[in-house]
Amino acid sequence: MIWEALTLQLGYNATLVTLGATLLGMAAGVGGTFLFLRKRALVSDAISHATLPGVALAFMVMVAFGGDGRNLIGLLLGAALSAAAGLLLVSWLSNRTRLAEDAAIGSVLSVFFGLGIVLLTVIQTMSAGRQAGLEDFLLGSTAGMLRNDALIIAVAAALTLALVLLLRRPLTLASFDPEYGTAIGQNVPRTDLAMMGLVLAVTVVGLKIVGLILIVALLIIPPVTARFWSERTDHVVLISGALGGIAAYIGAALSAAQPNLPTGPIIVLVGFALFALSLLLAPGRGALTALLRHRRYQRRVHLRQGLLALAHGQPIYEQLTLRLLRAEGYALPDGVATKAGRGRAAKALRDETRWQLIRRDPAYEAAAQQYDGLTPIETVLTADQIREIDSRIDMRGGVMA
Amino acid sequence: MNGSEFVPLSLVPMLTGIFVAVACALPGNFLVLRRQALIGDAISHVVLPGIVVAFLLTGVVSTWPMLLGAAGAALVAVLAIEGVRRLGKIESGAAMGVVFTAMFAGGVLLLEQSDTSNVHLDVEHALYGNLESLIWLDATGWASLFDPEALATVPVELPRMAVTLLFVALFTTLFWRPLKISTFDEGFARTIGMKTGPLGLGLVIVAAIAAVAAFDAVGSIIVIAMFICPPAAARMMTNRLEHQIAWSVLFATLAAILGYVLAGYGPLWIGMRDSVSAAGMIATVSGVVLGLAALMGPHRQRGAAAPAA
Repeated sequence: MIWEALTLQLGYNATLVTLGATLLGMAAGVGGTFLFLRKRALVSDAISHATLPGVALAFMVMVAFGGDGRNLIGLLLGAALSAAAGLLLVSWLSNRTRLAEDAAIGSVLSVFFGLGIVLLTVIQTMSAGRQAGLEDFLLGSTAGMLRNDALIIAVAAALTLALVLLLRRPLTLASFDPEYGTAIGQNVPRTDLAMMGLVLAVTVVGLKIVGLILIVALLIIPPVTARFWSERTDHVVLISGALGGIAAYIGAALSAAQPNLPTGPIIVLVGFALFALSLLLAPGRGALTALLRHRRYQRRVHLRQGLLALAHGQPIYEQLTLRLLRAEGYALPDGVATKAGRGRAAKALRDETRWQLIRRDPAYEAAAQQYDGLTPIETVLTADQIREIDSRIDMRGGVMA
Repeated sequence: MNGSEFVPLSLVPMLTGIFVAVACALPGNFLVLRRQALIGDAISHVVLPGIVVAFLLTGVVSTWPMLLGAAGAALVAVLAIEGVRRLGKIESGAAMGVVFTAMFAGGVLLLEQSDTSNVHLDVEHALYGNLESLIWLDATGWASLFDPEALATVPVELPRMAVTLLFVALFTTLFWRPLKISTFDEGFARTIGMKTGPLGLGLVIVAAIAAVAAFDAVGSIIVIAMFICPPAAARMMTNRLEHQIAWSVLFATLAAILGYVLAGYGPLWIGMRDSVSAAGMIATVSGVVLGLAALMGPHRQRGAAAPAA
């Protein structure tokens, strides 16, 4: 069953929903990246909550004009308008008043959501029974999705994705280096506005599939995950889009195969699983790599200090140091240096003396800045330079091994 | 509005609303100033999985397991956000977004998977709350306030929120100086030997306690609104923290009373038969108050010179 879902063999409707969700996931991943890089990830929270009063109002307006109120395009239009109003209020509050952006986001999201709930209770009393499905916008639902709905979502998501790809250069510049963007004549505020518009479009399109609370996850989690895998903006955008697409695809397929698995939460949890894996395993920025790097550094420091102690003939009490020296064959279990250990210790001491000298000599200022107690001096200075340093050590009659 | 109608039907929800509003607004003042305003948002989302897990473990809908589950989830979320932020070197907003959306998704999934259809435990209830249903059945009028027999049947949410408010107020009073100093100048607080880390965590935990206690009675949306809107509006009114707290308490009380009245009687005034969501209306009124303060508050602009004091 799950295999059939993953290979799109569960019938026309399920396939359409899965593809629609995948496109949405890709659009959200790509659009969310710019929001994340601009450090505005939680603006999407305000946008998504602000869609609720619009959905409710659109429903009421459509009913007032004699429709059945459940036209998806009408509802999404209402959502877009009220989300845009919420977005403008967030930027007005954070630019024109002393409120910080997080307070502006929080106040707009709670007030709009509260208003939306008031309107929903009005609808409940207004036309009992006919508002069925409206609450799906809270948590998302694909169960009752009609073919037309799925098509609208797929097309809108594809359009959004195309628009992001078209605008990726100015968007990249604005998120990565807004000052430079302004300097070369780009209208950064307008680019920001375009970015918000894209996020708004993704949010509105995603309402029906994942719901207004969980669409935030699709906009935030893939970019954060992608950031672990690359340092280059354009790569992060692509990886994020791919991750969003994968999460939505797997999630939608699982949900189609198992009737009691709601689509939105499953998609989000698949995305979170990808995030958790990346947090642990990614090369470079992953937690495991960082731990290994730290361990390696720690061992080098201990080894170096141990060797210096051997060279000075000092006893070593530190257990880790002792163990490392023994493992390398530089010391016996009682802490006495072996022949190899004496040789290495002498070299360590000599290098340390060389470093001491060049750090006091302005002529070597650039090289001396590389000093961290671990870098081998040969990698910083040429053989001639080292000979010159050594000649000074000899003149002072210093220790030489 | 006579006592025989007001006391049984409206007094308890109104008082509960006020207690919730003030209990959330007090820590909210510090959270807004510390740019942690969205902690309330995150906490109120992660409370859901905590409540569901507590229900699945105990199999009953009762207060204490739910409160413990919610508090546990809030603590897990705070630690997870901090862990993601440090391990992944991710800015705090994004870390928060990752954690609370994932936990909320987990909560919704658990809810749909478990058979909770016959139990009063659903997502809408968690969002809207049920302020209107806090009816004091045995009350007959104002005299019931002095009648021990009737007092025994007061909905349990009211005394619980009263205790929570007392606790929050006590925390704010006891830690007033350290909170104030570390909020405005964390560096200075640290140089004079203050433990700013545990203090910040303590503030978040107190906020979580207020949120969790309020959550059951009034739903999550009003909690988020009360953490942010009254303190934010108060911030437009004054530059002094003492005055800001006083304003925020005033605004919170105002929003609770006005919101409840408008939700209950507003629709009748414009010719509709049924009342609307009180929690939603209280959030809406707090937004209107914030909007007015943002348009007309004497200290609405950043860095504007204070008028002659």
